[in-house]
Amino acid sequence: MIDFLDAAIRIATPLLFAALGGILSERAGVFAVGLEGMMLAGAFAATVGAWASDSTAVGILLAAIGGGVIGVAVAVVTVRFRADNMVTGLAANILALGLTSYLVRILAGSGKLVSFHLTLLGPWPIPLLSDIPVVGPLLFDHPPLTYVAVLGCAAIAFFLGRTQAGLTLRATGENPEAVFASGANPFRVRMLAVIACGAIAGLGGAVLTLQQVGTFTDGMTGGRGYLALASLIVARWSPWGAVAACLLFGAAEAFELRLQSFGVPVSSYIIHMVPYLIALAVLAGIGRSSKMPAAIGRPLQQ
Amino acid sequence: MTALLEMRGIVKCFGTLRANDGIDLDVQAGQILGLLGENGSGKSTLMKILFGMQRPDAGTIAFKGRELSDHSPRAAMAAGITMIHQHFMLIEAMTVVENVMLGWPEAGDILQTATMETRIREASQRFGLDLDPRARIASLPLGRRQRVEILKAILRETELLILDEPTSNLAPTEVADLLSILRRLKEEGKGIVFITHKLPEVLEVCDEVVVLRDGRVTGRAPVADVTRGQLAEMMVGRTISTTRAHQAPELGPVRLAARDLVSPGLEPLSFEIRGGEILGIAGVDGNGQIELVETLAGLRRMHGGSIHLDGQDITGASVARRVRAGMAYMPADRAATGLVRSMTVAENLMLRDSRKPPYSAHGVLQPGAGVAKAESLIASYDIRASGPSAIVSRLSGGNQQKIVVARELDRGPAVLIAHQAAWGLDPGATRFVLDRVIALRDAGAAVLYVSSELEEVMTISDRIAVMAGGGFAGVVPHDEADMRQIGLWMSGRAA
Repeated sequence: MIDFLDAAIRIATPLLFAALGGILSERAGVFAVGLEGMMLAGAFAATVGAWASDSTAVGILLAAIGGGVIGVAVAVVTVRFRADNMVTGLAANILALGLTSYLVRILAGSGKLVSFHLTLLGPWPIPLLSDIPVVGPLLFDHPPLTYVAVLGCAAIAFFLGRTQAGLTLRATGENPEAVFASGANPFRVRMLAVIACGAIAGLGGAVLTLQQVGTFTDGMTGGRGYLALASLIVARWSPWGAVAACLLFGAAEAFELRLQSFGVPVSSYIIHMVPYLIALAVLAGIGRSSKMPAAIGRPLQQ
Repeated sequence: MTALLEMRGIVKCFGTLRANDGIDLDVQAGQILGLLGENGSGKSTLMKILFGMQRPDAGTIAFKGRELSDHSPRAAMAAGITMIHQHFMLIEAMTVVENVMLGWPEAGDILQTATMETRIREASQRFGLDLDPRARIASLPLGRRQRVEILKAILRETELLILDEPTSNLAPTEVADLLSILRRLKEEGKGIVFITHKLPEVLEVCDEVVVLRDGRVTGRAPVADVTRGQLAEMMVGRTISTTRAHQAPELGPVRLAARDLVSPGLEPLSFEIRGGEILGIAGVDGNGQIELVETLAGLRRMHGGSIHLDGQDITGASVARRVRAGMAYMPADRAATGLVRSMTVAENLMLRDSRKPPYSAHGVLQPGAGVAKAESLIASYDIRASGPSAIVSRLSGGNQQKIVVARELDRGPAVLIAHQAAWGLDPGATRFVLDRVIALRDAGAAVLYVSSELEEVMTISDRIAVMAGGGFAGVVPHDEADMRQIGLWMSGRAA
């Protein structure tokens, strides 16, 4: 049981980063369809950074920059040039997939390496707390980025709910004209929100490469960006809700891994669909939520 | 004594149109100034110039003795000028306190929500605003939302408050509350500009009135010295008949009968309208009007009841069948429901009957016939457009509305459902539309006329029903109508 929950937390961690980034973007009024590409760019940049510098910290920093670059592209096209959010997000995902696959081959072709092997970030047990039976190993014995995800969630919840900047960001997703009338610049707010979304989702990619897999492979995010998008909707755009939603999807995937290891006589491809089927079912159950930012996807005037 | 605001010789031209042609305007502290004028008289241009949204071609503005020029809306706000637009700049999903704090430096970078709530309660108490800082905007009626805008201005220590058509969409009791709040603000020494085309309110609350027509000041007087008739004449430059073409020739048979209509937002509702009769529906917006008209027009599924048109059961009929049965519909939302704004005037005029002659022959559109027909409608309904091929979205709101009116009336319908048919029209154009509707009635049609402008409903109707909470709060023949009773009905169950 502990193993199962531990796996759920592990799987939820990269999702949570992407979902938190997506919450910033969507609450500012831009659909976060590009999460997949942002994560993938982050995963790639983290790998290259950690490999070239031999430092995990550099890898993490580059992951944020890599995701942020995709964020800049999405922000410029959707906010400045008012392109359709959906199409732009999908294009960014395809762009990131192509670009990272190409760059991996350039690096490989330089003769320096065939594949990356990174030292994984190990667990950092928190003194005292991790000694508590059951709860300790489950909650307080994780690799560092998992703690960062939870702290980041608290920080974003505080930012959105308790600061002027967060209030302005939320208002931009609801009624950008009112933000303009209040003296702020909704263009700037959306640009910054989408770029921040890219950087944070990029950290989600770093979790995959630096903390879980240890290398980069083509398209390794494998739909996690879309699952993060689903979880932020299930969470009704609330950061703490995103923790719950990501754990739900994490648990679904952990369950799927269990089924496979027990050798259930069902095709592994079918079993692999389980988390996505759960996502569809939950989304259908929720329908179109009234919590959805009112001006999401609507280009700014002027 | 220097005035709070002095505007001198303001000129603003758009092409050959002189929107403002040498306007002087003074506002004193502790004064409510009524700014009166028809649509297109230059009121909004003048206020946009004051607020820094447009640059004047000539003229000067002094506020508190300091010159304001080349200023941005932000600078105008910082100087102490607030403009409350007709469409509120509020975030519906947020609370009152969040809306107040948005963009306000005093709320702090880390929001001082508790302190702000206390300040809101204090100000609300002092000015009789009756606002709960934690209420969500979406749950407040329009009158309260407007008070949130006023609250924002008060807390930011505004000295000049500009209100653009503040009483449209308010119930009579809400209007009375607003006027008393404005008097409180005046006592505190604020200057107020009250933009409107409603004469009774000007006479009730303003100290002085300035009337604009065609970009010029055509009247300026202390309110105590003018009568309603004089103001109306200054505004339109001619006398408008306010008498009602009342008393239909003969009441014909029942043409529209609705029995026990039920749909979401509607209580079981029954009524009949005879040929040669106008049933006017008054009430504050959002009390079931849109549900009622859309159910009748066939745009909403109903859960129970029946609708008969000339004895024919059209309860479950499609829109097309209703149209064939003789129903015409003028929706309130002309931009989305009434018109295809990216298409031409001629195309919009043939929208309903494009399958029929003269627009089509043997199922093929006859563009020439459409254009010819459009030209005649443009002339007879005074639609100001460059021609039949003008794109509708380029026309002014009033002219767009005239296209809807022309299309629906020209069909000679048996039953007309008109919702806010004169919305956004100036008094002259409103009169024109009302006259056309009355002419249709005189020709024997049954008319359901729904409007939140009580005066319009009173002018045109043979019977008046008041909607509140999705049902009729009361129905009364025109001659027995008592304004106090109607006001009670409107506010009684209003949200």
